Amino acid sequence: MTMAKGRRRAVALSGVVAAALLIMSVAAACGSSSSSSSTATGGGATSTITGAGATFPAPLYTKWAAEYQKISGLQLNYQPVGSGAGIQAIEGKTVQFGASDAPLSEADLQKAGLIQFPLTIGGVVLAVNLDGVGDGQLKLDGPTLAKIFMGDIKTWDDPAIAALNPGTKLPSTAITTVHRSDSSGTTFNFTTYLSDVSPQWKSKYGASKDISWPNGVGGNKNAGVATAVQQTKGAIGYVEYAYAKQTGMATAQLKNKDGQWVKPSLDTFAAAAQGATWSAADGFATILANSPGPTSWPIAAASFILIYKDQQDATQAKAMLQFFDWTYKNGASIAQSLDYVPVPSNVSTLVETQWGKDVTVSGTPVWP
Amino acid sequence: MSTIDHTAGDGGWQGGRGAAKAAPRPRLHRSGSDTAFYGFTALCAAAVVVLMAAIGWVLARDAWPSISKFGISFLWRSVWDTNKGSFGGLTPIYGTICTTLIAIVIAVPLALAIALLLVEMVHPLVRKIVGTAIELLAAIPSIVYGMWGLFVLVPLIQKYVDPAIQRTPLRGLPLFSGAPLGYGILTAGLILALMILPFIAAVSRDVLSMVPQVIKEAGYGMGSTTWEVTRSISLRYGLSGIVGAFFLGVGRAVGETMAVTYVIGGASNLSTSWLQPGQTIASKIALGFPETGPGLERGALVELGLILFAMTIIFQLIAQTWLRRVRKRVGGRA
Repeated sequence: MTMAKGRRRAVALSGVVAAALLIMSVAAACGSSSSSSSTATGGGATSTITGAGATFPAPLYTKWAAEYQKISGLQLNYQPVGSGAGIQAIEGKTVQFGASDAPLSEADLQKAGLIQFPLTIGGVVLAVNLDGVGDGQLKLDGPTLAKIFMGDIKTWDDPAIAALNPGTKLPSTAITTVHRSDSSGTTFNFTTYLSDVSPQWKSKYGASKDISWPNGVGGNKNAGVATAVQQTKGAIGYVEYAYAKQTGMATAQLKNKDGQWVKPSLDTFAAAAQGATWSAADGFATILANSPGPTSWPIAAASFILIYKDQQDATQAKAMLQFFDWTYKNGASIAQSLDYVPVPSNVSTLVETQWGKDVTVSGTPVWP
Repeated sequence: MSTIDHTAGDGGWQGGRGAAKAAPRPRLHRSGSDTAFYGFTALCAAAVVVLMAAIGWVLARDAWPSISKFGISFLWRSVWDTNKGSFGGLTPIYGTICTTLIAIVIAVPLALAIALLLVEMVHPLVRKIVGTAIELLAAIPSIVYGMWGLFVLVPLIQKYVDPAIQRTPLRGLPLFSGAPLGYGILTAGLILALMILPFIAAVSRDVLSMVPQVIKEAGYGMGSTTWEVTRSISLRYGLSGIVGAFFLGVGRAVGETMAVTYVIGGASNLSTSWLQPGQTIASKIALGFPETGPGLERGALVELGLILFAMTIIFQLIAQTWLRRVRKRVGGRA
């Protein structure tokens, strides 16, 4: 009798545990994909702001956050998980702001109820590894660069390159192009420039975070591209300016839209930002590639922040906007020390006007 | 006093099955705790099956946008165009198969040779030292192999191995054509071989050391040489264990992400040459996922994951069937 009762109890217990495990696994499978409807409330009411997204501006945002915390006590956590993951995070409302190198279109912004504005500007440069060619010595223009990356120009002593570099002895080494193997905003900015200067590039490959490169070696992130260029004689690759500067690699001059030869530097990136037209109407999604201006660097790009128009907590929203305002007004020297370009003041004024109009809590504007 | 139950999955015990046919099954007389233990362990086993099914289902569901758009042609198209929304997985699939093949061909014979050497032929002190060294190598994180591969192996291959291959008649084959870059499928295969070799060697050594001494002595007593005893007795005895180690090694090689990513050169275009950059499924997914929002491209990446999942399962099924057939022929234990 006791044995049968014990057995029944044991079987019942096993059944309950089985049911619980099955329900948990099914719930986990279903719950993860559908976006949570709960809004992020942050840690303590106004003391923590969270953001996620692009890796390119991550060193800058982290330094800004650390400096701002000393002044204001506001803690800002930024996770460089990648632009795509950042967009997904803000759309899933798991962070207060998202960061993306590639801007969203106005249609996407409207659909999601987001506004977008640039927080910093950087540049993409061409690093080369060529015997006898020093930093800033090699001259390339847009169409030639496109042909190199398409594989139409295969050696360094090709007449097209020699024509741009009279007086420089170019070896007959084969050209090895180096690109990003991971999906990246840097690739987006570089391919946007190539699409702008070469109609064949635009029709064959277009501008995107990851394209079907026809040749060459892929490196993982800027560091991987830099390593690959350094290891391979005759290599040319595109990297963010900061990497090229810090690793001391030789870079190439480019011919900009105005026909001038420019070398990459914070000044030429700033000139590109000044030369462009910015407007809130298209989410500030100005393409800085091939920007007009005599000293503009042709491959400059902005990195964007995404926030919701309709905020939940007025104090938190205000604190977040105050941080962004501080970076516009006081963050320039930190940005320049880390090789980033601050957003020009005319643009930041436009941005703050948009905040005043669009960022609200239950209809009441948060800014100023 | 409880009766031992012979019918609970002991397929190898001929007596059990025979007895069940001849006489009626004895009744289960277990205590409550036995039943609870049985229930709990059966539950864990069932949970593993449920988990595998759940993984397969989630993969299939998230890959559905891509599967419904491209169908079976995804397997033989090698394009990855985000703008035009056209994706095909041939390049990563080819890379995965080739790198794993290279890794197996290099690592398995060497690992077996090391294991046999350690078990059969060397002084116990050497056995201990080399055995510990192998186990330490097996425990090194794969990212360290990746870093080492990037800074040491890639320049080595670019400067010495590639030009050497170009000097031999092999350069005529499409499999070995192309300029020396260092990055490529061959380099990735070598790194994988280096990673799975200590692991297979360590497990094979453990398996081979469990062959009963008595049986080996019987072989020697009949006048067999060391090699004959090794081949006909030790290897046959430990076959299923060695095959198990082989599959764990292959599983590690197929799924290895970061080490391969650093040295394979992330190409999108399919190049049949092993000396040119390629791509593997694990590497493609890891590199593409963070930047891809929900949509067709993400579906294509998940479909690659599903293909990898299916490849592993099919490989396992083939291997288990082959192993069962070999076991029947050899007459060894389960």
